[in-house]
Amino acid sequence: MAVDTLSAENLYVADAQGRFGGEFGGRFVPETIIPALDELTEAYAKAKADPAFQEEFAYYCKDYVGRPTPLFFAEKMTRELGGAQIYLKREDLAHTGAHKINNALGQILLAKRMNKPRIIAETGAGQHGVATATACALFGYECEVYMGEEDVERQKLNVIRMNLLGAKVIPVSSGTRTLKDALNEAMRDWVTNVRNTHYIIGTVAGPHPYPTMVRDFQSIIGIESRQQIQEETGGLPDVVVACIGGGSNAMGIFYPFVHDAGVRLIGVEAAGHGLHTEHHAATLTAGSKGVLHGSASYVLQDTHGQVRSTHSISAGLDYPGVGPEHAHFKEQGRAEYVSVTDEEALDAFQWVAKSEGIIPALESSHAFAHVRKLAPTLPKEQKLIVCLSGRGDKDVDQVARRLGLL
Amino acid sequence: MPSRLPQTFAALKNKNEGALVAFLTAGDPGVESTPDLIALIAEAGADVVELGIPYSDPLADGPIIQASSQRALDRGVTPPMSLDLVRQAREKTQVPIVLMTSYNLVWIYGLERFAKDAAEAGADGAILTDLPPEEAEPWKAAAQAHGISTVFLVAPTSTTERIARIAGSSTGFVYCVSRTGVTGARKEMPADLPQLIDQIRAATDTPVCVGFGVSNPEHVAQVCAMADGAVVGSKLVEFLHQNADNPGRDAAVRDLVSGWKAATRRF
Ligand SMILES: Cc1ncc(COP(=O)(O)O)c(C=O)c1O
Repeated sequence: MAVDTLSAENLYVADAQGRFGGEFGGRFVPETIIPALDELTEAYAKAKADPAFQEEFAYYCKDYVGRPTPLFFAEKMTRELGGAQIYLKREDLAHTGAHKINNALGQILLAKRMNKPRIIAETGAGQHGVATATACALFGYECEVYMGEEDVERQKLNVIRMNLLGAKVIPVSSGTRTLKDALNEAMRDWVTNVRNTHYIIGTVAGPHPYPTMVRDFQSIIGIESRQQIQEETGGLPDVVVACIGGGSNAMGIFYPFVHDAGVRLIGVEAAGHGLHTEHHAATLTAGSKGVLHGSASYVLQDTHGQVRSTHSISAGLDYPGVGPEHAHFKEQGRAEYVSVTDEEALDAFQWVAKSEGIIPALESSHAFAHVRKLAPTLPKEQKLIVCLSGRGDKDVDQVARRLGLL
Repeated sequence: MPSRLPQTFAALKNKNEGALVAFLTAGDPGVESTPDLIALIAEAGADVVELGIPYSDPLADGPIIQASSQRALDRGVTPPMSLDLVRQAREKTQVPIVLMTSYNLVWIYGLERFAKDAAEAGADGAILTDLPPEEAEPWKAAAQAHGISTVFLVAPTSTTERIARIAGSSTGFVYCVSRTGVTGARKEMPADLPQLIDQIRAATDTPVCVGFGVSNPEHVAQVCAMADGAVVGSKLVEFLHQNADNPGRDAAVRDLVSGWKAATRRF
C-alpha cells in the first residue's frame, strides 16, 4: 500500500478499494451485489478511458441537456449585499431543471454498455427520479423509482412528471418515509434483481465506485464554471458555495478547483429547525463517523449507531448521510461545511426570486442563505460562485402553503 | 472461551445429522422473553441459534425481519441490551449463539470491545451482513482475539475467486445465501444451489449452512442432504410474532422447531 497520499495528484482520489484518505468510502453491502460493483467499476474504468464514451456523454450534455449552462453575474444581488461579486452557475437551466440529469445520463450510457435492461433509482426531492425517468425514456428503458411516502406527498409535481415520463414510482412506507428509506428499498431491490438491473444512485454516496463515478459525471459543473469565470474575469473565483444533500452538486462544482489552494470551497447543509434541536439534516456539521448505505462517512446517528431521523424543509437535503469524499475534505480541511435553517432558506428562496427573477430550488436556497451572510463580509474584488443546483417549480406548492398563499 | 461451533458441527457429523440453525430477533416479540425463547428453541432441537441485533437501516433483510427489528427498536433494544440477553440465555442453555447484525452497530460499539463483550456474554460467533471480507481485516483480528467465530456470506453471484476468499475468512461455518435477494420465506429452493455448495466445499472444509428462503421441513431436508446445516429465519420470526399472546405458544414453537429438526436427520 505504498500510495503517496500527500502528493497533490493523490490527495483527492480514491484508492483501489474506493477509500478517500484511507478512511472514508469503501464497500459495506451484502455480498450478493459485490460482484455487480466489481463489474460496474470495471465497466466505468473502461468507459472513462474510451474517447467514444466521453464523446457520447458530451454530445447528450450539449444537445439534450443544453450544456454548458450559463455562469450569470448577479449584479443586483452583488450590489445589495455590498461585498463579493456573485456569479450563479445556472444548473436550473439544465434539461429537467437540476444538475441531477448530468449523472443520470452518464449512468444510463453506462447501463447501455453493460447490457442491463432494467433501471432502478431512489429519489428525495424527485429531481433525481425525474432525471432518471427522462434518461430512461430517451433510451427506452424500464424504470422504477423508490420514493419515501413523505416525499411523494411534498413533491407531488415531480411524481406526476415521473409518471408522465413512463416511470413507476414506488412509495416507501418504512422508517422515516424519506430519502434514506428510499435508498434502503432500492438497495434491497438491487440485491434481488442484480443480474438484470442497474441501480442509478443519485448522489456521491453509496458503495465504491458510485462516489467516484457520480462525482466525475457531475464535475462538468465545475469544469465549465472554471473556464467561464476565467474567460469572464481572467482569474479563478475566491469562493465556491453549494448546498449539500448527499453532496453531488457540491462535489461536482468543487472538484475541478480542488488543487487551487486559493479557492475556498463551502458546503451548506440543512439545519432544519436548528442544530440545537433533533430536527435537522446537517450531517457533516453535527454528525459522527459511521457506515451508511455502503460507505464509511459521516452519519447522523445515536450513540449506538442507529440512524437518526432527519428534518429539512427541502426533501433533497433531508438525508442523514453524506458522500465519503466530503467527509475526507472535512478531515483535510480542504472544504468548509456550514448550515442554515429552514427559515433562512425560505427567506433566501423569496429573496432570490425577487432580486434576480429566478425561483431557486429549496435545496439551492440553502446555499443562497449562506451567501447572503458571507458575501457582505468579503472584499469587493473577491469573486464568489454559487451553484444554483435546480429550479424551484417543484417547491412552489409547499412554499405557498408555508407562506399562507394557498 | 473458544467458540462452541466447531464442536457442535463435529458432533452432528458423527450423528449424520445436519444442523438446524434458527434465527430470532433480540427483543421481539418481547424483551424479557428472548432468553427463554432461545432456551426453548434449543431444547426443541435447534443446534445453533442466530440472534439478530436490530438495526434501523438494514440492507439484507426482507420485510418480515425488518419489521421485527423495527418492533424491537421501538421497545428500546440496543446492542448492549442484546448482549445482556445472550448473558441471560447462557444461564439456561449451552446452545451455540451467533449474533447477526449490520457493521455500523459493531463499528460504533468498537470492534475490539464488541468482540470482548460478546465473548464474555457467551456468544460464539457473529455474522455482519454488510461486511465483505475486503473490509473485514480489523474485525477478524478483534474477533479472533476473543474466540468469536467470523461467519461470512457467499452469494449465488459470488465468483470462484471470491468464494475462496470468503470461505478462507469464515470460521465456525460459511453462510451460503441460497438465492439473490433479501431474507424471507420462499416456495422453492433454487436449482443452482448444489453447484454453489460444491464450489464452497472445493474451497474449504469449514461447514456450510444454507439460509434465505428456507421455511419448511422439505426445504430443511433438501438443504441438509447437500450442506451441513439449514438456517430458518423469517418463518420463525413471523410465527413468534403471530403467537406472542397465544397461551399455547411454547408448545406450538416446540412442535414447529422439532419438525424442522427431524428433517435434518439423514438416513
Ligand atoms: C435541486 C437540487 N439540489 C440539490 C440536491 C441535493 O443533492 P446533492 O447534494 O447530491 O446535490 C437535490 C436533491 O434532490 C436537488 O434536487
